[in-house]
Amino acid sequence: MAEHFPVLIVLLPLIAAPLCVALRHGGGTWLLATLATWGSFAISIALLAQVLEDGTIKYQLGNWVAPWGIEYVVDELNAYILLVVTAIASVIMPFAARSVPAEMGQRGVYLFYTMYLLCLSGLLGMTVTGDAFNVFVFLEISSLSSYALISLGRNRKALHAAYQYLVLGTIGATFFLIGVGLLYLMTGTLNMADLAARIDKVEDSRIIYTAFGFIVLGIGLKLAVFPLHAWLPNAYTYAPSVVSIFLAGTATKVSLYLLLRFIYSVFGHSFTFDKVVAGPLILVLAVAAIVICSLVAVWQRNIKRILAFSSVAQIGYMLLGVSLGTVMGLQATLLHIFNHAMMKAGLFLACGCILYRVGSMKLVDLQGVGRRMPWTMMAFTLCGLSLIGVPLTAGFISKWYLVTATLERGWWAAAVLIVLASLLALVYVGKVVQAAFFKEPETGVVNLAEVREAPLSLLIPTWILVFANLYFGIETDISADIAGQAAKQLIGASR
Amino acid sequence: MTAETLLWLTLAVPAAGTLGIWATGKVANLREGVTLVTAVALCVLVALLAEKVLGGARPALTLVKTLPDAPLHLAVEPLGMLFALIASFLWIINSIYSIGYMRGNKEAHQTRFYVCFAIAIASTMGIAFAGNLFTLFVFYEVLTLSTYPLVTHKGNNEAQRAGWIYLGILLGTSICLLLTAIIVTYVQVGTLDFRAGGILAGKAPDWLGALLLLLFMYGIGKAALMPIHPWLPAAMVAPTPVSALLHAVAVVKAGVFTVVKVIVYIFGVGYLAELPWTEWLVYVAGGTVLLASIVALTADNLKRRLAYSTISQLSYVIMAAALFTPVAIMGAVLHIAAHAFGKITLFFAAGSIYTAAHKTEVSQLDGIGRLMPWTMGAFAIGAVSMIGLPPSAGFISKWYILMGAMETEHVFAIVVLIVSTLLNAGYFLPVIYRAFFRAPPADARHGEAPLPIVIALTVTAAGTIVLFFLPDLPLALAEAVAQAATGSSPGAAPGSVK
Repeated sequence: MAEHFPVLIVLLPLIAAPLCVALRHGGGTWLLATLATWGSFAISIALLAQVLEDGTIKYQLGNWVAPWGIEYVVDELNAYILLVVTAIASVIMPFAARSVPAEMGQRGVYLFYTMYLLCLSGLLGMTVTGDAFNVFVFLEISSLSSYALISLGRNRKALHAAYQYLVLGTIGATFFLIGVGLLYLMTGTLNMADLAARIDKVEDSRIIYTAFGFIVLGIGLKLAVFPLHAWLPNAYTYAPSVVSIFLAGTATKVSLYLLLRFIYSVFGHSFTFDKVVAGPLILVLAVAAIVICSLVAVWQRNIKRILAFSSVAQIGYMLLGVSLGTVMGLQATLLHIFNHAMMKAGLFLACGCILYRVGSMKLVDLQGVGRRMPWTMMAFTLCGLSLIGVPLTAGFISKWYLVTATLERGWWAAAVLIVLASLLALVYVGKVVQAAFFKEPETGVVNLAEVREAPLSLLIPTWILVFANLYFGIETDISADIAGQAAKQLIGASR
Repeated sequence: MTAETLLWLTLAVPAAGTLGIWATGKVANLREGVTLVTAVALCVLVALLAEKVLGGARPALTLVKTLPDAPLHLAVEPLGMLFALIASFLWIINSIYSIGYMRGNKEAHQTRFYVCFAIAIASTMGIAFAGNLFTLFVFYEVLTLSTYPLVTHKGNNEAQRAGWIYLGILLGTSICLLLTAIIVTYVQVGTLDFRAGGILAGKAPDWLGALLLLLFMYGIGKAALMPIHPWLPAAMVAPTPVSALLHAVAVVKAGVFTVVKVIVYIFGVGYLAELPWTEWLVYVAGGTVLLASIVALTADNLKRRLAYSTISQLSYVIMAAALFTPVAIMGAVLHIAAHAFGKITLFFAAGSIYTAAHKTEVSQLDGIGRLMPWTMGAFAIGAVSMIGLPPSAGFISKWYILMGAMETEHVFAIVVLIVSTLLNAGYFLPVIYRAFFRAPPADARHGEAPLPIVIALTVTAAGTIVLFFLPDLPLALAEAVAQAATGSSPGAAPGSVK
C-alpha cells in the first residue's frame, strides 16, 4: 500500500470528484470531499516522512518504465509542497460545510465539491509528476475547474473575473505546452529527469532558449508574476470565500513549485543563471511586484482586493529569493511559500467569516465590525501581523531568512527594500484593523447592529491557522529545516 | 528554587497574572486583588533572583530555537537585574496608585487597562533579561504593542492621533533602523548574544561600525533622542498611571536600557572609544538634554512639562553612555534608577492633582501645596532629584556622570550638565513656589487625593531619599556593569572599578 502513495494522493480526490456528481446530496458530498482531502493530507505526511527517511521516491505509473511510461517522483521539495497544499485544503473543509451552502445555495453544493476535488487533484498531480506533458494535463484539470469555481461567486462580476482568468490562464497553459513541445522536439523525451540529462548536449541551441522563454512565461501567467497578474485581483475578490482561501493558499504555490522544478531540475542552475541570466530579470519583476502591488493594495477599498494585491506582492518576495540563486535564497522562498499559505489562508478565512455575517467586503461597510465580531477580527489582526512580519509570527521568520539571504549576496538595496515594503504592509493591514476596531459604523446599506460573531465551525479553522502562524513564528525547527533540506537538495542536484 | 526557575517565573508570573486579570474582569475588587498579588509575587521573585546575581550567579535559559544562532534566550546580567528590580518594585506601587486613580476618575475599560498593563510588565521583564538582541527586540515590540491600547485609552480623536504617532514612531524606527542594525550585526558577527566587552570588535569595518551605532541609536525610539522624541509628549494623553510607570519608567527606561546594553555588550566600550565618527552621539544627546529642558520651561501643561523633562533626563543616560568610559557607564546605570523614582513621583503628583482638583496646567496651581501638602511635598522631593541636589538619588547619578565627563575631559558634556541643572531648577522651582507661596483661589474646596494615591507617591518620594542614603544595591550592580564594560568576565565578583 505505502509504495502506491505517490499516485494515491492524486487518485483519491480524482475518484471522489465524479462520485460527488453521482451522489448529488449536499451533506454527503461534503463528507466525501472531506474524507478525500484529509486522506490526501495523511498521505502527504507519510510521503514527507518517507522522503526525509529514505530519500527520493520514484513511482512508475502502470509499471511502464520511465522514460517511456509516466513517472511520479517525490523528493523533499514536492513532498513539502504537497504537505502545504493538502494542509490548507484540509483546514478549510469544516469551514466549507457552512460557508458553501450559504454562498452558493443548497443546490450548487455538489457541483462545488466536484470542481473543488478536481482542482485539488490537478494541483497535487502537477506537484507529484515527473513528466513534463503530464504537468500540462494536470495544469488544465486544475485550471478548468478553478475557472468554474470562481464563476460560482454570488456577485455577477465573478463571471467576468472567471472569464478573464480563463483567457489569461489558457494563454499561459498554451505557452507552457509550446515550450514543452519544443523541448520534446529537441530531446525526444518528456520525462523530466531524462530531459535534464539530454538538454545538456543541446542547450546552446536557440530552440532551447525559446522553450525556456515559453515555459517560464506560461508558468509566470499562472503564478501571477508582476505584470502578468491582471487576472488575480478580480478572481480572488469575486470568487466564493472558500475558493479565495483555497486558491490563495495553494494555486500560486504550486505554480511557483513548477517554476522552481523547471529552472532547477530541468534546465539546470547554470543554464538559468549563467547562460540565460534570468536572475536580474526575476529580480526586477520581483521588486516591481513588491513595491507596486503593495502600494496599490494601500489604496484599495475592498478587503479581499487588498489581500489579493498583497498576494501578488508576496509572490514578489518569493521570486526575490529565487533570483538570488543561492541555497539560502531558495530556503527563504520555500519557507515563505509555507508561511504565506498559512497567513493568507488565515486572512481569507477571516474574510469568509465576515462575508458570512455581514455580506460585504467593503471597508466602509465594516467600520466598527470589530466590536460585533471580536474573535474574527482578532484573528484577522494576528494573521495581518504575520503578513507584516512582526516578530513571533511566521511572517517574521520568512522575512528574516530572506533579508539575511540578500545580505549574504551583498544586495543591500534589496534588503532595505524588503524592510521598507513591510511598512506598506503595515499600512494596508492597519487600514482594515483601524476600520474594524476604531471607527464608528456608518449608517449605510449594512446594519451592523444585527451582526453577531461568526459560528464556531467558521471560527475554529480560522483560529487553527492563527495558532499555526504563531507556532511557526516561534518554533521553526520543522518549517525551516525542511525548507533548508529541500533547497539544498534542489540546488545540489542541479548543474 | 534555582536561579533558572526564578528566571522563567519572572516572565510566567505576570503572564499568568494577565490571564487572571482577564478572567476576573467582571469583579473589580477581585481583579485588583489579582493585579496586586501578581505584582508582589513578581517583585519577590526578582528580589530573590537579585540576591543570587549579587552572589555572582549568571543564570541563563533558552526558551525556543526560533532562528539559527539566535534563539529566544534569557540571560541575567547586572544591568538587566537593576532594571527588573526597579520596574517590578514600582509596579506594586503603581498598581496601588492605579486603583485610586482609575476609580477616582471613573475611567472606562478598566479590565483592558489592567490586562495591557500586566502584558507590558511581562515584556519589560523580557527586555531586562533578554540574552540576545533578537529576544530583546521581540519583547521591545511586544511592549510597544501592549502599551498602544493604554495610550489610546480615552478613545477620542486626540487619543487616536496620539496613538498613531506613538505606533508610527516606535514601530517605524524599530523596524526600519533597529531591525536592520540587528540583521547587519547578525550577518557580520554570526551571533546576537550579549557578551561582556562586545561582539562587534574586529568583525566589521570602521564605517560599518559607525553606521551601526547610528542605526542602533535612532532605531531605539524608546530612548527618545531628538528628533524622534515626539511620541513621548503625544503619549501623555494616556491615564496618568500609564504615564507614570510606562512613560517615566518601563517604556522609556527600556529605551535607555537598550542603549546602554548595546553600547556595553554589543559594541563594547573599548571598541567604541577607538571607532571614528562616534563623537556625534555626545553632542546629539547633550543637545537633546538642553533643547528638551528649554521646551519644558515653556510648557504650561504639567504632564507635557514632565514629558519634556523625561526626554531631557533620558539623554543624560545616553550622553553618559556615549562618553565610553566605565565611570560614566556607572553614572548612566545609576541614573536609570534615580530618574525612575524621581519621575514616577512627579507623575503621581500630577495625577493626584488631576484627580483631586481636576487641574492640568502649571498656571492653575497657585497655593495647591496648602490644600494637598503630601502631594506637593512629594513633588518637591521628585523635583529636587531631577535637579540633582542632595539628599536625593539624582545627586549620586549626576555625580558619577560628571566624574566620567571630567575623566574624559569632555568640556561640552560638563557644560551641558551644569547648564541643564540650572534649566531643571528653572522649570521645577516655579511650580513649587506657586504651590506653596501663593494664596490658593478662594473657591478651592478640594483636599488630598484618595488614600491609595497618597500612599503611592509617599513611598516613591521616600524611595528617592532612601536611594541617596543607601545606594549600595544599585551601586553594586552598576559597578558590575562597568566591569563588564571594560571586558572582564561577567561572572567576576563585583568590586571597585579602578
